[in-house]
Amino acid sequence: MNQKTTTSTHIEFIDIAKTYDGGTMVLPGVNLAIGSGEFMTLLGPSGSGKTTCLMILAGFEMPTSGEIRVNGESVHKLPPQKRDMGMVFQNYALFPHMTVGQNLSFPLEVRGMAPEERARRVGRALEIVRLEGYGDRRPGQLSGGQQQRVAIARALVFEPGVVLMDEPLGALDRRLREELQLEIRSIQRELGVTMVYVTHDQQEAMTLSDRIAVFNEGRIQQAATPETLYEEPATEFVARFVGDNNLLRGVVRGVHGELCSVAVGDGLVEAFMVEPLAVGDSTVLAIRPERVALSPSIEYSNSVAAGVEDMVFQGDHWRIRVSVFGETDFFVKIPNFIGQGGILPGDQVRIGWTTIDCRALPASG
Amino acid sequence: MAITLKRWNRQALGAALLVAPLAIFVAVTFVAPLATMLVRSVYQPAVAEALPETLAALAEWDGGSLPDEETFRIAGAEFVALNERRALGSVATRVNRLESGMRSTLLGTARSLAAETPSASWRETMIAADADWGAIKSWLAIRRAGEVITPRYYLNALDLDRGGAGEIVVQPEDRRIYVSLLLRTLAISIAITGICLLLAYPLAWLLAHARPRRAGLLLLLVLVPFWTSLLVRTTSWIVLLQNQGVINDLLVTLGILAEQQRLALIYNMTGTIIAMVHVLLPFMILPLYSIMRAIPERHMQAAASLGASHWQALRRVYWPQSLPGVAAGSLLVFILSIGYYITPALVGGRTGQLISSMIAYHMEQSLNWGLAAALGGILLLLVGTLFFIYDRLVGVDRMRLSG
Repeated sequence: MNQKTTTSTHIEFIDIAKTYDGGTMVLPGVNLAIGSGEFMTLLGPSGSGKTTCLMILAGFEMPTSGEIRVNGESVHKLPPQKRDMGMVFQNYALFPHMTVGQNLSFPLEVRGMAPEERARRVGRALEIVRLEGYGDRRPGQLSGGQQQRVAIARALVFEPGVVLMDEPLGALDRRLREELQLEIRSIQRELGVTMVYVTHDQQEAMTLSDRIAVFNEGRIQQAATPETLYEEPATEFVARFVGDNNLLRGVVRGVHGELCSVAVGDGLVEAFMVEPLAVGDSTVLAIRPERVALSPSIEYSNSVAAGVEDMVFQGDHWRIRVSVFGETDFFVKIPNFIGQGGILPGDQVRIGWTTIDCRALPASG
Repeated sequence: MAITLKRWNRQALGAALLVAPLAIFVAVTFVAPLATMLVRSVYQPAVAEALPETLAALAEWDGGSLPDEETFRIAGAEFVALNERRALGSVATRVNRLESGMRSTLLGTARSLAAETPSASWRETMIAADADWGAIKSWLAIRRAGEVITPRYYLNALDLDRGGAGEIVVQPEDRRIYVSLLLRTLAISIAITGICLLLAYPLAWLLAHARPRRAGLLLLLVLVPFWTSLLVRTTSWIVLLQNQGVINDLLVTLGILAEQQRLALIYNMTGTIIAMVHVLLPFMILPLYSIMRAIPERHMQAAASLGASHWQALRRVYWPQSLPGVAAGSLLVFILSIGYYITPALVGGRTGQLISSMIAYHMEQSLNWGLAAALGGILLLLVGTLFFIYDRLVGVDRMRLSG
């Protein structure tokens, strides 16, 4: 849905590796291609290497090896000021001794732009972030959300080819964050600028991105559209990190085509193989809680007995915790229009899911 | 209500008790002497109390011609009476400061009048005893010495004097010393402040943005001299800078200077500036350091990402944000150097002395405390003015010694 037809490759990370002490690799070797006008989010927990990647792209850090290409040209030796990339920092990094207007004018002044042209562009940038009339204020007189809008405007005002954002909404409260997410997305769509966005918030990544690259321990686990990432996680980490998932550990007992039978605890589960597995391989099964049905009908190929441990009403759905195959942390999400069907904690129920919704991932570690 | 009031009173009392020792200490050892000195610079009742009748008579005198016989008689009698009480000496000293020679005139005349009371004209007898009594300026000096509230110390301190009719005139050229000394003090202080800033700014930058371990080590290097005795540091400079000192020897050995060309690095203005820059440098580094530490490094990155070169980022983004530190450090160093005494006294020689040496001279040698107080008062006024300007430009509430 968010996907956009990308015309050409704009930015390429080629075997980018980074180590600070010569020993531990922060990035063992990242490869990623970002299309022109694409909104690419680098998503991952803290310390996963996503920010380091962004800093290398921006030119604030040098890669230990590898190459960064922009429009096919190698830029990793250029200093930041020569890279033509607008950057938005987490704590805004607005210059406190300048007014909002002066902050926006700064990148234009250092480019030697004429005053009339500067005024026109500053006015336009303030319009884009809906802060007309705030030009004479100081950053300290603005709210957090307004300051971040100014920071965004400043990164856009000199019309860079790429805009980088490093957890720009991290310091804001949730409501403001959601509001600004929509704004950032519409600005990016409107201007058609290539965006590289770093966040640890998967909801935010989903909302904004054309594609998401999920980072863990310096490696890209999967780079795909939000939909693919959610529906077809490629690794256990992605399955765990993106959205809610029930993960069951088991051993492959039989393989038939794309499907396999997996022994989990004392039961046997039919699953869809994400990548080829052999009999005897250990695997992790990922099943989304909302794809699990209570009292499943015949078309659910997996149907097992479960004990209800606990249930919580969460407005739009019931969240029911059940024990299955000896696991007590298995969740079932039932939409509230179906209702919880009169079950109570302690009841024995049957739950089920289709084979295609049960994804067998290679076990990590 | 009564209970809260009582509690509040107790809290206030507790706070007052906690502050009291310091408040008393400051009041007794600082505020009171300062106030006394300032009062002393304009209030001099000694002569007025010693010669009440003479001064009363002189008050009606026109100052254009010699006083009348009656005035001579009253004055002569009072001089004799004072001398018998051995109180004329201090009065004579004070009059002598306004008109040199008057000390011996007063004491001599009092002795001769005591030996033989004039039978006829006091006027003629006194003029016969000392010709100074025939000069109008002698009487003017007595009348001026008798002023209880007097601007003369301040006038003196600014190389001014009052002419016969009380108008303000500039001292003759050979007696002008204080204004040029004050200007030299200002010039040296500005030079020291400027050099300190030039040396401290890059270092403070390094301190503020280096890795914690290295910054800690560097900070230690800054502070070690700070913890060393001032005298030790100053004498080390003597060892280094003197004519046969380490630096000159090195320059000669390296062939940069010939034996006869040894630089005069000490016992002059150069010596004062070098040693004082060293002594005062930490006072510049520390405020700069703590302000700079509060400037996020992200700002320089942001400036670079916006297309600014290092120089543009430094000038447009970093420097303005470091200004409170620059102002605080400069103010501190300037105020400290303007009143500095010990270092210039040790290494300043003749041309490297500051106004403080004159104040010390008048306190200890000439015992002209009024003048010393006036010089001090002028320094205080200078510092106050500077502080006022600083407040207007930067705002005292924005002066932060830490970020």
